Amino acid sequence: MSAEVTLKISGLKKTIRGKSIIKGLDLELKEGEVFGFLGPNGSGKTTTIRMLVGLIKPTSGVIEICGRNVATEFAQAMKHIGCIVENPEMYPYLSGWDNLRYFAAMLPDVDEKRIAKVVDMVAMQERIHDKVSTYSLGMRQRLGIAQALLGSPKVLILDEPTNGLDPLGIREMRAFIRQLAEQEGLTVFVSSHLLHEIQLMCDRVAIISRGEIVQVDTVYGLLSRQERLIWRLTPHEAGKAILQENTTILAEGEGTITTAYLENEIGEWNKRLVEGGISVLEMNRRLPALEDLFLELTGGGHDV
Amino acid sequence: MYSLISNEMTKLIGRRKFIMVGLIIAVLLCLFAYAQTKQSESIRERIGTSDWRQELQQQIIDGQNRLSNAGPWREQLQIRLQQMQYYLDHDINPSQPGAPTFIRGFLENSTELFLPLLIMMVAADMVSSERSLGTIKLLLTRPVSRFRVLLSKYLTLVLSVSMIMLIYGFLTFAISAIMFGNDGWTAPVLTGFSSQGGELDISAVRLIPQWQYILHEFGLAWYVSLVIGTLSFMLSVLIRSTAAGMGVMIACLISGAILSNMVSSWESAKYLFMVNLGVIGYLEGSSPPVEGMTLSFSLLVLLVWAIAGLITAFAVFMKKDVY
Repeated sequence: MSAEVTLKISGLKKTIRGKSIIKGLDLELKEGEVFGFLGPNGSGKTTTIRMLVGLIKPTSGVIEICGRNVATEFAQAMKHIGCIVENPEMYPYLSGWDNLRYFAAMLPDVDEKRIAKVVDMVAMQERIHDKVSTYSLGMRQRLGIAQALLGSPKVLILDEPTNGLDPLGIREMRAFIRQLAEQEGLTVFVSSHLLHEIQLMCDRVAIISRGEIVQVDTVYGLLSRQERLIWRLTPHEAGKAILQENTTILAEGEGTITTAYLENEIGEWNKRLVEGGISVLEMNRRLPALEDLFLELTGGGHDV
Repeated sequence: MYSLISNEMTKLIGRRKFIMVGLIIAVLLCLFAYAQTKQSESIRERIGTSDWRQELQQQIIDGQNRLSNAGPWREQLQIRLQQMQYYLDHDINPSQPGAPTFIRGFLENSTELFLPLLIMMVAADMVSSERSLGTIKLLLTRPVSRFRVLLSKYLTLVLSVSMIMLIYGFLTFAISAIMFGNDGWTAPVLTGFSSQGGELDISAVRLIPQWQYILHEFGLAWYVSLVIGTLSFMLSVLIRSTAAGMGVMIACLISGAILSNMVSSWESAKYLFMVNLGVIGYLEGSSPPVEGMTLSFSLLVLLVWAIAGLITAFAVFMKKDVY
């Protein structure tokens, strides 16, 4: 894919009161991709997002949106970005429509037609003239997205977009985000601590822990690298001994042994097992859940 | 910039701020007007005449009787009495009945506390409410610089202060005209008194028609309101919580009212903004809180405070990380 780079982060660092919160991030996002930003609470996700949209000034490093530096060309850079940071807060005493009009007035060249269009996109036509204070969380979330899309941005930044939505809402949101990327060519930057979410809607994912990116890869690449093979052998102990001679045993369950899935070597291991008089009852290849992967990469546990 | 200001106005109107302010003014005005009628009735009953000369004479006698145990207010009272005598000697009624006289007195009494409180209703949460709602994040991620965002807010504040003054002026006029009749706009008022060491200095006294005097008062009240608005605005930027910001400002205003009566021997207190809010007093010729303070001095002190407040507000707002 030779798509244009829309969001570029290089050497991004943030130190707050002598404590290093973000320790140097480098990322490049291209148009039309949904990029997952994954990390436990307190890993620096929200701080990073706030730096992307100019709410927090980086201690060092450069953020470029469509080639515009957020620090030096703020207004130019912000033209290409739409965002929801944490909760989709709006003015509760104004109607949804007035809220959108309000934000449209702060953007160049957004007319009533465009407002009506984004209302259409998020399917809010029916309640748009009611006060925001009467909206459900799901509707607020959708209004938030409508607001983010107002200026026809190239980059959409969503911080935990499925927070507080019901299962149906989550599914709709996922479909909507995919659609934006595929049909409108938007770059969507989604943060989440829910691995499942990211797995379902993102093309690529960065895993962040303690202010550092642990790994960046396509979702599939990340998963397949960590693929597992689960064995069921009898007799168990003897089989285990033979496997141990050839590879490391990653985990042991009830009558099962888990090893890495290494395509080129598995045949050999199997042969040895058979030669050793072990019957192989089951060889099960399995993609790890992102959860396991995540715990493995970040060294477990939620950091403070 | 125009659309930013109209946005801010939309929010103020959406929260019915001006209606609230209008209602408060109307209710208080009715109360004061009623109290005023009652008071003049009781005075008339006591003296048994409606002749203002006798009324004033009686007030002077009352005052003189109080003089011996007036304590720290002795000097102020003395000046007040000398003033009354001057009015009497020149055969000018200091409180010609009618709407203008009421407006004059009401304005004088509301610049130090009442008007500032109304202004704070608008100014105190201009920035802090965006923080508590979380909408600050949306505001600051638009393609508009932080300087322009805050500037639009400040200009809206200036507009709002002017609007509140207009509402205030209109309501006072309407209600008092109904209650007291619309006479006395051209009645003469003496201004230009100044006091030197407890003595009344009448060298600069001149006569001006009442409407002109009221206009002066309005101008000064607007100026004071603007300064209070600016300082509340700064607090709204500095302090996250609207309640805390308002608390600080109210504490300042009240301490100002108390200090004004106490600081006559604390010379440097005259540089505090809250001691300088009684600028209308200079028109009237009441003695200032600290010896030697003049109208232009007070206006200058207020100006310096407002500018410093504004600079602080902008510097902090433009630099601050928003969480």
